[in-house]
Order: sequence, then structure tokens, then C-alpha cells
Amino acid sequence: MSVSETEVRNFTINFGPVHPSAHGVLRLILELDGEIVERVDPHIGLLHRGTEKLIESKTYLQAVPYFDRLDYVAPMNQEHAFALAVEKLLGLTVPRRGQLIRVLYSEIGRLLAHLMNVTTQAMDVGALTPPLWGFEQREKLMVFYERASGARMHAAYFRPGGVHQDLPQALIDDIETFCETFPKALADIDSLLTNNRIFKQRNVDIGVVKLEDAWNWGFSGVLVRGSGAAWDLRKSQPYECYDEMEFDVPIGKNGDCYDRYLIRMEEMRQSTRIMKQCVDKLNAPEGKGPVSSLDGKVVPPSRGEMKKSMEALIHHFKLYTEGYKVPAGEVYAAVEAPKGEFGVYLVSDGTNKPYRCKIRAPGFAHLSAMDFLCRGHMLADVSAILGSLDIVFGEVDR
Amino acid sequence: MDFITSALDYLLGIPVLGWGTHVGFVYMALLLLVCLLVFTAFILLADRKIWAAVQIRRGPNVVGPFGLFQSFADLLKFAFKEVVIPAGADKVLFIMAPLITATLALGAWAVIPVNAGWVIADLNVGILYILAISSLGVYGVIIGGWASNSKYPFLGSLRSAAQMVSYEVSIGLVIITVLLCVGSLNLSDIVTAQQEMGLAHTLGVPWLSFLNWFWLPLFPMFVIFYVSALAETNRPPFDLAEGESELVAGFMTEYSSTPYMLFMLGEYISILLMCAMTTILFLGGWASPIDLPPFTWIPGVIWFVLKLTLVFFMFAMAKAIVPRYRYDQLMRIGWKVFLPISLLTVIVLAFILQLTGWGWHGGVA
Repeated sequence: MSVSETEVRNFTINFGPVHPSAHGVLRLILELDGEIVERVDPHIGLLHRGTEKLIESKTYLQAVPYFDRLDYVAPMNQEHAFALAVEKLLGLTVPRRGQLIRVLYSEIGRLLAHLMNVTTQAMDVGALTPPLWGFEQREKLMVFYERASGARMHAAYFRPGGVHQDLPQALIDDIETFCETFPKALADIDSLLTNNRIFKQRNVDIGVVKLEDAWNWGFSGVLVRGSGAAWDLRKSQPYECYDEMEFDVPIGKNGDCYDRYLIRMEEMRQSTRIMKQCVDKLNAPEGKGPVSSLDGKVVPPSRGEMKKSMEALIHHFKLYTEGYKVPAGEVYAAVEAPKGEFGVYLVSDGTNKPYRCKIRAPGFAHLSAMDFLCRGHMLADVSAILGSLDIVFGEVDR
Repeated sequence: MDFITSALDYLLGIPVLGWGTHVGFVYMALLLLVCLLVFTAFILLADRKIWAAVQIRRGPNVVGPFGLFQSFADLLKFAFKEVVIPAGADKVLFIMAPLITATLALGAWAVIPVNAGWVIADLNVGILYILAISSLGVYGVIIGGWASNSKYPFLGSLRSAAQMVSYEVSIGLVIITVLLCVGSLNLSDIVTAQQEMGLAHTLGVPWLSFLNWFWLPLFPMFVIFYVSALAETNRPPFDLAEGESELVAGFMTEYSSTPYMLFMLGEYISILLMCAMTTILFLGGWASPIDLPPFTWIPGVIWFVLKLTLVFFMFAMAKAIVPRYRYDQLMRIGWKVFLPISLLTVIVLAFILQLTGWGWHGGVA
């Protein structure tokens, strides 16, 4: 009788899609050697809705709501990229008040996303209290969304040409009050995490990305800033009126999970700063005026105007049925979304519908590096790293 | 025949009715069991309420006033659900694991004195008994994780096996420091010793009895015991065995209904046991904190429960505030920090006690 040689193989576990820290519908196949992760194989596509293909059969205006459903944590930032792309093709400029409102709501979106991410990153390392503290603030921000657009998440507020409606003065005042109270709430979350020894032990030197690797993997946003590059589209190629705003771009030194956490915290403070400036500028005389382009061939007339003017009625009818034709051409527009560079590559064939709309989601590039980031770490670090990447499946799977 | 009569007397005696000479052992055990389970139900609610308060939530507030009956509603829910046993599981072991956990957790309470003389088994090796029983507790977790025949529970039980064993060592050494001061393994003696000697007596203010208790002279040990107790009972930040963000629910992943409830029950009973141990070893057991009339009128058992609840409050706050350690960090703290510190303290303390002659020595100075 002979004893056969024991076959040694790694312990393979299925992390998700139904898992408390899979951030939605991520499925990771983990190969473990004890607690050490040998290989990570991310499986995506469980939330694939064919957004890009669907947009090809929708008019430009009808395509807007699809962008809310990509990174549904910060919906307006996605709309922004699409609106910028269409405006570039049309050669349209947005009036100053519209730009200010866009910047204001982009920063609200950044707060929404970062609050969610920072606190769930804490949750991924086991701290269950920060998310609820963060959600209290997010709730206020979502009410601002609702008061501007009527919807808490799927706003469809940034439209090619400007924004859908003007903000009531009371809302602007409330946002101003929020900007004053928010740093205090942020400091509370900060006090729970930043100097917490366990939080630091779980995040410092975990998931380190060198700057070179960050570029090679196509990272953007917080992931390159965490590795030390001062790369922020709002500074490097300012869109809207970001060039007038005073804000700093925080960068990290080590490129680990802790640096990414710190950067997000600081970006929230900077966003509050930008929001304050926007509010001030909106209240100034130069900040008054129309919120969207006055080109009647692209932007529908107001409801009151539509009832009075024959031309406005025709515009209204045409814009909400056929839509507007966009000159043939191709264009790439990108915004600094909370998660990184969110880009829209739009090809127009001169009709009322895009010929092709390619969406560049930052989360996709980040998730593809999971194997590179997690290899050699321990099982518990996988969820810490995943938390620090800020993955939202709406945009990864599209 | 004589033996059977005396055994029956011992177990079921009712002296009031003229039957037997002892109050039956079974009645005392039942009384403790009922009190303990009801107390656990409310402690569970308190845990959730405290957690909710920290998180700016309301917590359970629907069943009964302030949600007071939530735990009983949960009990009914668990009891009436179907027991799901996974197809690949080892049925016998799968059911046995929660039973082991719950039984051992309850069993350890036999030697806990809740007031002077109020103890079911006044063992002179009470501490040893508790150490033995709580060491066995890990079997419930290992067997549960193994019998589930599933990967997450398996990893969870592997982790907890290592974890509970590691922290048992430092808990043992911490207890030894107390034993050195007391000179007895009997838990009632440990409490009595804290009343009869200590800082308050040395300072000449014996009525300030909270200064007498061991938390003050043995403060580092008190801290280590508290932290090790968190680890021993799988509470955050050491809840790796059921680490939600990695292992879903760890060794309990495949459990549902009553077996799951037994796991939870066992867990909370052992948390209470650890709180009771902290109270007895460091906080003077049933003694009142100030040895003056208004305070001494309150029965010892009330003081005991108050102190136990205070310690539990610290457990609950830890859960609400801290993130979770990683497996290797947990091991590092256990073996490289707590073990050397407590070992060193045992040696140093032994020297000090030998040189100064301090200590209780069973009441004989």
C-alpha cells in the first residue's frame, strides 16, 4: 500500500456578490494561503445595464438620466461630464449663474461621495458607527438635491446648456448655513477615525500604490493624489468657473489606504470652501441672471413662456419630441468626479441621437488593479483596500 | 438507601415543608438560571440601545415601552423558525456546537457569588473551575465552524481557536496576580479580601472602600483583563471570528433559528460572566463603594449587578467606537504585549508581596 503524495492547493473563497463588504455586486475569487491572499480575480458585470448602448437610441436630453445611475452616490457629477461633452459639440456656453450652480452641486456631489466612502471604508475595517454619523450629513445634502431638482438621487438637473431650474434663494441660504455647520460634523468623524490606533493599524501601509504604478494602471482622482501627484482636473484643465475658485489639492506621500482616507477628508473641507465661494458669488449681483443658455434651439423655454409665445411652444414641442441635432464630430469631456476622472467620449453623426457614447468610469480602472493591490496582503486587508478604492458598481458595470 | 435519601435532600429538599434539611440545589440553580436569562435579555437590549445612541439612532423601540420586550420577541422569532441544516453539514456536530457553547457559558455561573454566601457552588477552586469551563468554550466555536462544512465558518473557527487560546494565557496570568494578593482560589474570599485590606485601610479612611479594591493597586492588570475579556468573548475590536466585513458572520454563517440563538445566548452569557469576573476580581464584588449607612443599606446583590452593568457598559461602548483588528495584529497584542507585561507583573508582584508581607493570607495577617 502506498501513500499518495498529498496535493496542496490554495483555499479558494468566493467573496461576494452577496457579501457584507462587497460594495454592491462585486464578486471576487480569492485564492488564500491561510490568511494570505495569493490571487484576486474580480468578476464584474452583475449590474451591467447596457447604458452606453441604450444612450445610442435616446436623444441627447433623454440620455442625461442614465448618467445619474452610473455612480449613484454622486449623480450630478456624471451628468456634468455628459453636459460638457454635448456643449462642446454644440459650441454652447453656459451663463455664469448656471456655471456657479453646477460647481456648487458638483461639490455637493463630492461631499456625498466622500462621506459615503470614508465612512464605509471605516465600516470595512470594522467601525460601524461612522457610517451613521456620515449619513446624517448626507441626508441634508440629498435634501439639497431634492430642493433643486425634485429628486434625491436621480436628479437629471445638469442639462446640456446649463441647469434645469434656478435655485430658490432660501435654498442658497440653507446651503450657506450647512457650509458653516458641516466642518463641525466632519471634525466629529475625524475624531473617531484619524488618530484611532486601530484604524491606523488597519490602513497605514496597506494597499500601497507607487505613483508610476498608479499612472500605468490608469488610476485617477484620489488614487493618484494619494501617491503624490497633484493631478486634479479642476486645477489642471479648469472647466466651468473652477479657475475662479480658491481651493487646495491635497496630496499623499505613501499611497496607502490611510493617505487616501486623509485626502478624502481634506477634499471634503476644500469642497466646503468652494461651496461657500459659490454661494457668495451666487448672492453677488454678477451671479444673477439666467441659469442656462438662451439658445432656444437647445434649451427648452420656461413653462410660462411656452404658454404665451408661439415660437416657444414650437421649441418646446420639438425639443421634447425630436430633440436637437448636434453637429457631426467627436469630443471627449472629462470632469474631476469624486472617484477620479470621469470622461464621456461622444461621437455625433449630426442626428438627434449620439452615434456612440463611451463612458470612462474611474472605478473600472481602480477595480482592475485589485489583484495587484491585494496580492500578499491578508484577507482582512482585501476589504480595507476595496473600501479605499471607492468602488460603486453603477459606474463600473454601466 | 441512605445515600439516595441524602442526595435527594441535597437536590430537591424543601425544609419549610419539613422535607429534607437543605434548600434543594436544583431550586437555587433554577433561580439563578431564570434571573440570569432575564437579565441577559435586558442586557442584550441595553447593548443595542447603547450602540444605537452612539450612532444617533433610536434602536429597538417598537416592542413594548422603549422596546423593552424586544429580546423576548426575538426569542419567539428564533424559536419558531425552521432549523436549517446545510446539506453538507455534519448534523450531530452542527447541532451540538451551539449546545456546547450555551451550556458551558451557563455552567460557569455556578461559582459566581452575587452576594455574601449567595453562590450555588462555593468551590475553593472557583477560579480554576471558571478557567477550565471558559477554555472549553472554544470547542463550541471550532465544532460549529467545522461542522458547517462551509468556507467562511471554517476560516472563522480557525481564527477564533487561535484567538481564544492566546488571550486565555494573559487572562490566566492576570488572575494569578490577584490570587497572589489574596492567597485563595475561592471567589468569595477574593471579594472579602478586598473589603478587609487595601489602600483605604492603609490611609486610615476604611469607609472609602472603593479605594480598597484591586482595580487601584493592580490598575494595569485591570486594563489588560478588560481588553483580554473583550478578546476572549469575541467582542469588537476582537470580533474576528465573526468579522462581518471579511467573513460574513464567521462560524455562525450557516446557523439559523434556535441554534443561532443558542450561540448568541452563550456569547452574551459569557460576556456577562467576564463582566462578573471583572467585578469580583477588581471591583470588590458585592461590596458597597462607600462603607457608610445610606450605601450599606442597599443589598450586596444590587451593588453586584450595578457594577456588572457598568463593566458591560464599557464593553458596549468599545463595540460602538472601535474598528476591528486584523488577525496578525490581534496575535501580536496577545503574545507580544499582554503576555510579557502580565508575566513580568506576576514576577514583580510576587517579589513585592514576599518582601513587604502585604496580602490577605486568608484573613491572617
